[in-house]
Parts: sequence; C-alpha cells; structure tokens
Amino acid sequence: MAFEGIAEKLQNVFKKLTSRGKLTEADIKAAMREVKLVLLEADVNFIVVKKFIKDLSEKAVGEHILESLTPGQQVVKLVRDELTELLGGTQAEVKSGNPTVILMMGLQGAGKTTFCAKLAGYYKKQGRKPLLVACDIYRPAAIKQLHVVGEQVGVDVFDEGQENPSKIYKNAMQFATRNACDIIIVDTAGRLHIDDEMMGELKELKQTANPTETLLVLDAMTGQDAVNAATTFNDNIGIDGVILTKIDGDTRGGAAMSVRAVTGKPIKFVGTGEKLDNIEPFYPDRMASRILGMGDVLTLIEKAETAFEEKKQIELQQKISKDQLTLEDFLEQLEQLKDMGSMSDILSMMPGGNKLANMQVDEKQMERTKAIVLSMTLEERRDPHIINGPRRKRIAAGSGTQIQDVNRLLNQFDQMRKMLKQFTGKGGKKRRGMFKMPF
Amino acid sequence: MGFFDKIKERMNKTRDNISARLNNVIKNFRKVDEEFFEELEEALILSDLGVATTDKVVETLRDTVKERKIADTAEIKELLIEILADYMQASPLEIKKPTVMLVVGVNGVGKTTAIGKLSAYYGQQGKKVIIAAADTFRAAAAEQLSVWGQRTDTRVIKYAEGADPAAVVFDAIDAAKHADADLLIIDTAGRLHNKKNLMSELEKINRVIDKSYADANRETFLVIDATTGQNAISQAEVFNESVKLTGIILTKLDGTAKGGVVCAVKDMTSVPVRFIGVGEGVDDLQPFDAKEFARAIIE
Repeated sequence: MAFEGIAEKLQNVFKKLTSRGKLTEADIKAAMREVKLVLLEADVNFIVVKKFIKDLSEKAVGEHILESLTPGQQVVKLVRDELTELLGGTQAEVKSGNPTVILMMGLQGAGKTTFCAKLAGYYKKQGRKPLLVACDIYRPAAIKQLHVVGEQVGVDVFDEGQENPSKIYKNAMQFATRNACDIIIVDTAGRLHIDDEMMGELKELKQTANPTETLLVLDAMTGQDAVNAATTFNDNIGIDGVILTKIDGDTRGGAAMSVRAVTGKPIKFVGTGEKLDNIEPFYPDRMASRILGMGDVLTLIEKAETAFEEKKQIELQQKISKDQLTLEDFLEQLEQLKDMGSMSDILSMMPGGNKLANMQVDEKQMERTKAIVLSMTLEERRDPHIINGPRRKRIAAGSGTQIQDVNRLLNQFDQMRKMLKQFTGKGGKKRRGMFKMPF
Repeated sequence: MGFFDKIKERMNKTRDNISARLNNVIKNFRKVDEEFFEELEEALILSDLGVATTDKVVETLRDTVKERKIADTAEIKELLIEILADYMQASPLEIKKPTVMLVVGVNGVGKTTAIGKLSAYYGQQGKKVIIAAADTFRAAAAEQLSVWGQRTDTRVIKYAEGADPAAVVFDAIDAAKHADADLLIIDTAGRLHNKKNLMSELEKINRVIDKSYADANRETFLVIDATTGQNAISQAEVFNESVKLTGIILTKLDGTAKGGVVCAVKDMTSVPVRFIGVGEGVDDLQPFDAKEFARAIIE
C-alpha cells in the first residue's frame, strides 16, 4: 500500500519520542531529521520536504509542545494534521457541468486509458450516462484498448481513428447530445511535458472542449521529477486536479505530496488495482492517517457498510451476544468478506495491518473452508456440537479435505465464538490484536 | 496558499534541471567546502539517486578529493562523473544464438514499446527475432505489439486476450526453434511486484523456458521508467527474487527525469542497465553507456 514506508518509519521515530517523558528541542530536531529522511526516501521532492520540515519545526516550538505532558502524541498529531493539510484538507469533489466534460492527461504509462474506463464505470454506477472519447491517436492500439475497457464497464466509446483530437471531440459532443450522455470523459495520448508540439495539441483540445475538469493522471511511483511534469502541465494547460494511479503497489507515494505542494491542486481520485472497479475518491485525512500507520479505518468501514446489509448485521450482533452463532452465519460472513474485496486489501486498511497484508492471506484456503461448511448438513451447521467422528469423516470426504482440516475448522470456530462473545459481551475485556480467523 | 506560492517560487528557480544546479554549485563555490558537498548532495537527491546512494557517492567523492588534494571545484565535475560511471560499469552484453529475452516490469513503464525497439535493434544487426506476446491481460496489448511487429518486420506469436501466458511462451519457443531464430523476446503483462500471484505467473513462464528451451541463453530485463523514484529499488529486488534479473532497460529518458535511481538499483542489486529509451521512434533505444549516463546526470 502507498505510504506504508512512511507509516512504519514515522512510527519508529515516534516510538523513540513517545517512550520518553519530556522532549527537548534537540529531540524535536532529531525527530524532524528522521521525518525528513523518511519523506525523501518516499520520493517527496527535496524542496517540498525542506519547506515542510521548516514549517513543522516552527509549529512544534510555537505550540509549546515541550511543556506538554504527552509531547510524543502531540508531535504525531501535528505531523498528521500538517500532512492532511498539505494533501488537501478536506476531500475535493469533481465539479459537474451540463454536460460534465472531463479531460484526462498525463505522461506516457501513467494509466490514463485504464483510469478513463474506471471513471466511466464509477459514474455509471451513480446512474449517470458517460461517454468515452478516444483522443489518443498515437499509441498503437490505444483506441482498441479504450474500446475493450469501455465495453467491460458497459460505456459507449467514441472514436474516429487518427483524426485531429479537437475534431474528434467536436463530433463526439454531437454523438453525446444525440445519445443523452451527461458525462464526457476524454482520453488523450501520453506526452512529455517538454514536448512543445504535443503540449500545443493538448492546449488546442482544451480550448475546444472547455472541460469542466482537467485532470492530470500521475503514477504514484513517480520520483523527484513529478514536480516538473506537474508544474509544466499546470502552467501550460491548467489542471483542476490530480488522479493518483497504482497506489496498490508498495510505493510510498511521496509524489502525491510533491505535486499537491507545487500545483496547489487537489488529488481527486486514486487507482487501487487492475480491476476496473478499483477506483476510490481521495481522502486526505485518511491518507494522512495511513501515512502515520493509524490505518485507513474509514475506508474499511465504508467498504463494509456497502457489502454488509445492515439488518443482517444487527441480527448477527444479537446472535453473537447471545452466543448463538452458527456455521451458517459463518458461511454468510465468508461470502460478505468476499464482496468487500480481497483479504489483503482489508488487512492493509486496518491499523497495524500493514505487516499483515504482506502475509498474503490465502484466499484458496478460504475457499476450502467454505467447501467444508458446505459439506455439512443444515442441522450440523446450526449445531456443530453434533458433529461426531463418522460425520467428520463424511464432511472431509465431501469437501475433498482431510479430517484434520475439519477438526481444525471446528476448533477455530469454537474459539472464534468465544472470542466474539468477549468482544460484545458486557464487561468483557477488549482484547488487543486480532483473533485468529479459521482460514 | 503561502506554502504553495513559496514552493512554486523556489521550484521555478531550480526547475531547469540538475545540470544547471550543479553548474551553479560548481561555479559559485570556488572552494571545495562542506557547503559545497551539501549542495551537491541536494542535486543528486533531486535526480532520484536516493539518500543512501547519494551519501555513498558524496562520501567517495569527499575521500578522493582529500586524497588527491583537489581544491578546484571545476575538477570535481569530472571526478564525480568518474565515480558515478564506476558505479554503473558492467561487462558488455552479448547475445549468442539462441537467446531468450524475458522482459518484465510494473504497469506502464513501456515494456511493449521497448520490445518493439529491441526487435528493430537486433533485426538491424541481422539477427532473426521472434516476439511472444505473453501480455494476455491488458486490453489490446497484443495488438500494440503486432503494430510494432509490422513496423520492424518481426513475427509476433499471440493468443486471444486472457489466454495463459505460459502457453503463448510455449508456442513461441516452438516457433523460434522451427524458424531457427537468434532471439526470442517475450513481452509480459505489467504487474506490480507486490502481487504475489502475478509474480508466480512469471516464475511459471521461466519454468516453461527451462523445460522446453533448455539450451537457450537467458536474459531477463526489468524495464524501469526514468520518472520512477525510489520504488524502483523495491521493483528490482522483488523481480530479481522471482526471475533472476540480468539487466535493466531504462525508458523515457527523453523527459526531464534523470533516472538516477538506477544507480541505487545497481548499488543494491548489482543488476546493470543494458539499454536506454530516449524517444518514441523505432530507433530510440540505445545500448547503455555508463560514462555518458553519468555525464547526463551531472551536465
């Protein structure tokens, strides 16, 4: 996950801080030096880092942090707040017009074409009618690629081959009017910011389209040079926002900070995977929390909310608290977990889950667990205690597993039930860390 | 927006590129002192060398300066180029018949384009090249490669989208054997190196080559985008673990990015750079020259 490196290292820095009583000015200096190193290793631009650290140090002193009782936490909070502020304060929305026209641009290989389709799919889900316009007339098979991904999200794609992009756009707009499309997403060729001719073409296209939003697509892995590309695109073409792609890699994504700092423009979306529904709005506060290893709990909750039906959730809670959890419920949970996304996605969003996510939860194992439960009779699922030796043998044979696997599942389910009861039961001590899931 | 304004102001001043900065450093400091080294450090970090490698390079420079008692900043430039070139030096690349060249990398670095250019490069040397379109994941990847195949008059072995990449490779090996090809270049789907199952897919491709083309020489090239920052190190390390890398192709050097991170990559993994991509034309791929590259970073 993006920024993981920052999270881990800052945690280390602040572990040193929090483990001591009071801070001296020298302590802050030491901490800031570490923060600076971490940010540089994360590819935040050198100049941005210097300024950030300078501001931060001034604030740290100004807030009389030295006299506070828990200075460590205060510094953590301060860094987090400053990061959030820098990353954009509150979440930035995409403006809407009539129709909304979104012009996508960026360097080669940033992920424009894929993201166009993601964006189209995103709006389609909201009941809008998007149109994709193929204005990348240079890269071999770029138009074909847009057609394929457009079809995958069920959105119309307009192309006119190798025509002049401005002309393609004009004709696309007529098509959009005829077909009542209310959001037009324009894919353009990747180009270098120093290629005057190509930048000129883009400028012309922008003048023709007068887009509601001009978005710069940026690879999260970009290094120090991110500032050059972003500044030039912003100065020459003008951008309204940034899309950060490929943050599902292990990059620390410092480029996000840099670009935000030099253009002052917000990051509006992030690309979180290769699938076309791997698109999320950018939440600076959540990202800042994630940077500091506090986990992106809000996104997780949101994912859970859409995947779990609330009513079922309440039923389940009651069952847990009454200790009536059955293997049937468990099966349902497994299904819902699958809806939420892959386990490693979920884990990486939990506080301290960074390390867990790297373990790569075995999703095949999850399937096996499911097979075992499915090989039980309804009666057995509702009351696992009746599962005796011969039944275990039958279940193992039915699910293509070993009796030991069945035993393990039953044991772990039993433990999980007890654990859950502790979590929800009154007076139960909240345990730290996660209980072991039976897969 | 005070923060942003100030940043922008500074950025404009220093944006030109590292060379201008370095030249400034060298011009403005007549004496080699601590401040001079600090400025140098900053310039190297800005070309993506990374903190650790920058420290090493500057340390070496410092020692040499002391040793040779250099006081003139102009001499430093050549010295720095020398040190950086030393970092990047590797024995020359030889392609003996038959060779299988597996090309891997994360998404969007320019693998397919680089392969198109590689086929032109070796084709011009009179080598018979066959390309395997084993990127069966990205929409229209095989089509893109076919266009390159037509441009460079190279045969491209491809399957339908979503096919098993290992199967494409298997067939391509067959075709390469029958055609008595000198070089089989395999394009693979871009993958983020932290996706374990995708990395196992590469290992599977390697096993297929091991089995059905055991006598072939092997090259495994990682394509790195010059705009990539420190993440390139992680890319190289993880790919190296799965498919033993033998070289790096550094693409998109025609932008303002210096690709200095490959110094760090070489430093940490010993994988040398083999080719650089400097444009979108068929001939815009050049064999890597350490000295030239070092000079480009400094000048």
